[in-house]
Amino acid sequence: MIFEIFRQERKGQPFAHAGSIEAPDAAFADAWAREQYGRRGESEALWLVPRDSVHQITEWADEFDLKYRRVDGYSIKSRLKEARERAGTTAISDS
Amino acid sequence: MNARALRLLAIADDELILGWRDSEWTGIAPTLEEDVAFSSIAQNEIGHARALYELAADELGSDADALAFDRAPEEYRCAPFVELHLMDWAHTIARRYLYEEADRVRLDALRQSDDPELAGLAAKIDREEVYHRLHAEMWAARLRDEPRFRDAVNELWPYALGVLEPDQRAELARRVGLPSNSLLQAHERGEHTPELTELWNEMTEVRRSVPGANW
Amino acid sequence: MDARTQEFLAYVQDGGQVESTDWLPDEYRQKLIKFIEMHANSELMGVLPEREWILKAPTLQRKLALTAKVQDEVGHAQLIYRVAEDLGKPRDEMFADLLSGKAKFHNVFHYPTHTWGDVGVIAWLVDAAAIISQKALLKCSYAPYARIMKKICWEESFHILHGRDVILAMMTGTDAQRELVQEAVDRWWGPLMQFHGNPIAREEDPMYVWRIKSQGNEEARQQFLEGYVPQIWELGLTVPDPNLRRNDDGVWEYSEPDWAELKSVVTGHGPRSQERLAFRARFLEQEQWVRDALLAA
Repeated sequence: MIFEIFRQERKGQPFAHAGSIEAPDAAFADAWAREQYGRRGESEALWLVPRDSVHQITEWADEFDLKYRRVDGYSIKSRLKEARERAGTTAISDS
Repeated sequence: MNARALRLLAIADDELILGWRDSEWTGIAPTLEEDVAFSSIAQNEIGHARALYELAADELGSDADALAFDRAPEEYRCAPFVELHLMDWAHTIARRYLYEEADRVRLDALRQSDDPELAGLAAKIDREEVYHRLHAEMWAARLRDEPRFRDAVNELWPYALGVLEPDQRAELARRVGLPSNSLLQAHERGEHTPELTELWNEMTEVRRSVPGANW
Repeated sequence: MDARTQEFLAYVQDGGQVESTDWLPDEYRQKLIKFIEMHANSELMGVLPEREWILKAPTLQRKLALTAKVQDEVGHAQLIYRVAEDLGKPRDEMFADLLSGKAKFHNVFHYPTHTWGDVGVIAWLVDAAAIISQKALLKCSYAPYARIMKKICWEESFHILHGRDVILAMMTGTDAQRELVQEAVDRWWGPLMQFHGNPIAREEDPMYVWRIKSQGNEEARQQFLEGYVPQIWELGLTVPDPNLRRNDDGVWEYSEPDWAELKSVVTGHGPRSQERLAFRARFLEQEQWVRDALLAA
């Protein structure tokens, strides 16, 4: 069985994929991953997941330009400039 | 040499020589994954040996490296068990399994010692040994039905007994489930195998080439 | 080259990366597997020159450090073989090809070690040459390989420090110890200069063209010389090449390495090639029953 190994480097950090190990069962996978990914105390924690349990999604539908849901869907610069001119003010921060 | 120093050296020598033997598998274990794990065990054993030598060194006015390397082969106090040159996996794992069981009996006693330094070190070693035991048990379970492994365990049993004091051997027999009438045939500490001299020659070759040098 | 492959080539040359589940041109996949396999084989075979010195290490600290270093090499082999396995080549097949000579491993691991001086020189200089090549793989177009290189490079950094420490202990020791170091440098210089391969222009090097590696052979060698010749000279050691010098443009000049020797060695005719392969084969065969036991339900 192939086990995918996810590694957390420090408390609070996300678990990141670190590699994979082929092992006969979970006991061997644990013993082997412990040393391969933690013998230097370099990992706070490990997640071991059988590869078959990992589902991948790589296809997305983005047909109708729904940019309002993202930061890049907004362009406020020119209107902000106009509003300041009307109010006779300058930018909050000089930059 | 006082009793405490002798006792420390016996355990230190066991761990050093076994660690040496186990480190011989670095690079040639049955799988790469096991190779990495097994090498950690070997390093841990040598680390234990070093800590024990350091305690003994305080006692004897020496240092850990001098105790580890500069004695003559006949001055080592290891059990014959750890000296055996076992370059097949069945025997190697059988030894790991039996040694861990024996060491657990020994450590359990040491942790109760009224020698606080020794008790403290035994507790520290024991915390690392948890993983060695898991490893040994994992392999023993996997190879349970393998005749090679069972034969190796039976063959090495009299040697394993020799690691412990006589009054601790019944406990080991109970844990391992091996017949207690074989208690009579233990390979005792005190007699060394020819393998130890061979190992010692190789082990000290570089160190002896420039005596007293820093490396 | 068909359009899809052309597009792929442009993508990787522009810095794009791909995963194991992406479409890969056959040529790319084949070259990638071959390159990765040679790397994995080298880590595996690289263990053999060093492991005999684990037993002979003259202090507990050096014994531990050397064991840990060799352990890392085995760990690297595991990481790298896994990547090749996910590209479709089973590990058993890779071992079989290694032992039959069909697949290769780097020149430096075909040479003998004679003294503790070798232990220092290998960790300090051979590993340094290797880490330069490895850093050039950090941006490999094949992402799974690039990712494991990060762990590998991080671990190699301790190897070089360990190597330098071993060397410095000897260089500040006795005359006999200093002589061990110089003698080892003299023996390893030739293989080190050959290590990065002949100076094929990078645009003609398929590994660069497909952005499997991000630098050409000569670039790597120059980096090695720039980084390590000063370190060698500052210890009062000499390099056995009277033509070695850094010219005014910062380019290192040197005697032409023996490319015939390189070719002969990597095709299995090195001083220790067959002996080491046989040693490897012996243990592989001997412990086949263990792998069978692991595969059993």
